[in-house]
Amino acid sequence: MTPGFWKTVGIIARKDLVVEARSRELLYTTVFFAVAVVLIFSFSFVVDGAPLTDAAAGILWVALAFSGTLALGRTFERERQSETLKALLLAPVERAALYLGKLIGMLVIMSLVVAVVGPLVVVLFRVSLDGVFWHLLGLLVAGGLGFAGVGTLFGAMLNRSQSRDVLLPVVLYPLTVPVMIAGVSGTAALLSAEPNMARAEVWLSMLVFFDAVFLTLALWVFDAVMAES
Amino acid sequence: MPDLDFTTVRVQDVSRTYGRRRALAHVSLEAQAGRVLGLFGPNGAGKSTLLNILATLLRPSAGKVLYGTHASETAGDVLRASIGVLGHDLYLYPDLTAAENLAFFGRLYGVPDLDARVAECLTLARLTDRADDRSGGFSRGLRQRLALERALIHRPRLVLLDEPFTGLDDASAHILIARLRTLAADGAIVIMATHDFDTAETLVDDAVCIDRGRAFPIVAGSGSLRDRYRLALQETR
Repeated sequence: MTPGFWKTVGIIARKDLVVEARSRELLYTTVFFAVAVVLIFSFSFVVDGAPLTDAAAGILWVALAFSGTLALGRTFERERQSETLKALLLAPVERAALYLGKLIGMLVIMSLVVAVVGPLVVVLFRVSLDGVFWHLLGLLVAGGLGFAGVGTLFGAMLNRSQSRDVLLPVVLYPLTVPVMIAGVSGTAALLSAEPNMARAEVWLSMLVFFDAVFLTLALWVFDAVMAES
Repeated sequence: MPDLDFTTVRVQDVSRTYGRRRALAHVSLEAQAGRVLGLFGPNGAGKSTLLNILATLLRPSAGKVLYGTHASETAGDVLRASIGVLGHDLYLYPDLTAAENLAFFGRLYGVPDLDARVAECLTLARLTDRADDRSGGFSRGLRQRLALERALIHRPRLVLLDEPFTGLDDASAHILIARLRTLAADGAIVIMATHDFDTAETLVDDAVCIDRGRAFPIVAGSGSLRDRYRLALQETR
């Protein structure tokens, strides 16, 4: 009996996390990179201990996007090095389950990056989370899902391309512009001196809509794009 | 999902092109349960392309492959559960231990009583004492033995091997030959692409020469397999 859809998702995600727990390569590089981005921006945007208004939201999302791209590229590079992606495609499981499993593995890594970078932004940019924490968490989860959802699809698609390292950001950033705009705008609405919850909720709704559209598309086309033409 | 049962694999007039380059042209051959079919030919002749088509990783540009009475397009996941592939790349995760690699692929194939099956595979690969070591630290020969058991953990009906003797010492090669003979005797269809004529001589029951995308039978008879292959190659050119 081959495993069901959700069991396959769990098997793939668990494998990715065990591999990462052993090497800690993605975690260390992405966290270090994201922290470096935040620190470098803080040198420019925090003058005499006073941060520039609304800078925190953009810096948080730039750090997440850049470090997320780094993780996406590397996670598929691992599968390519020993051609294990081919072995996954040979397995008698639904290919959409392979996609979701990889996506969940990516989301866990991005969550750990947020867990380190988020508090750093709060401290450096003197951000108050009073009454906005859950909304901010919602934006980060929905934004992370949209970014990683598109990135996982294109990471897998570009796995056979020789220029994959260059092509991934070139393809990924334009496609995830709606995620970035909604994430940054929603976060800025929450982190401003007078938090605008209604505006943040509108951007959160847009992110949820974007996630639904792109996840549906990705699950639909993953089988086709992974088949060698 | 029940396993697909079949005792023959028929390649019928299969062609495959990559853009304007023709990798296979009108290839027809048949492999039967209980027999080992060897694919021989120069580098770039189309052997790996044919194995990828048999593994359902590639679709033929023309022609079809029948697994018993089932075509690959219609059988889908059930068919893939009946195929085991040992490629030139070994499909192992270097950060996972030998046991974890086997268990991971065993789970994907829904192997029953997985712990016992993993232990059995480790014994067959003679890696019981290295079960908890990461496969990335193994020599090529050890990884090759582990990869073979990874390919066979779900007891496939069709076994496809691409250069399976690469990196194996004499003792390991003999063990692999014995393993493949046992597989064939148990009713598996074994198809193997190799350049190692000396080792294959004692193993293959049927042999096919693939040259520039075309397949020609290597006729059984007197003379070594290498001599008969050279003769077949001369006749094709």
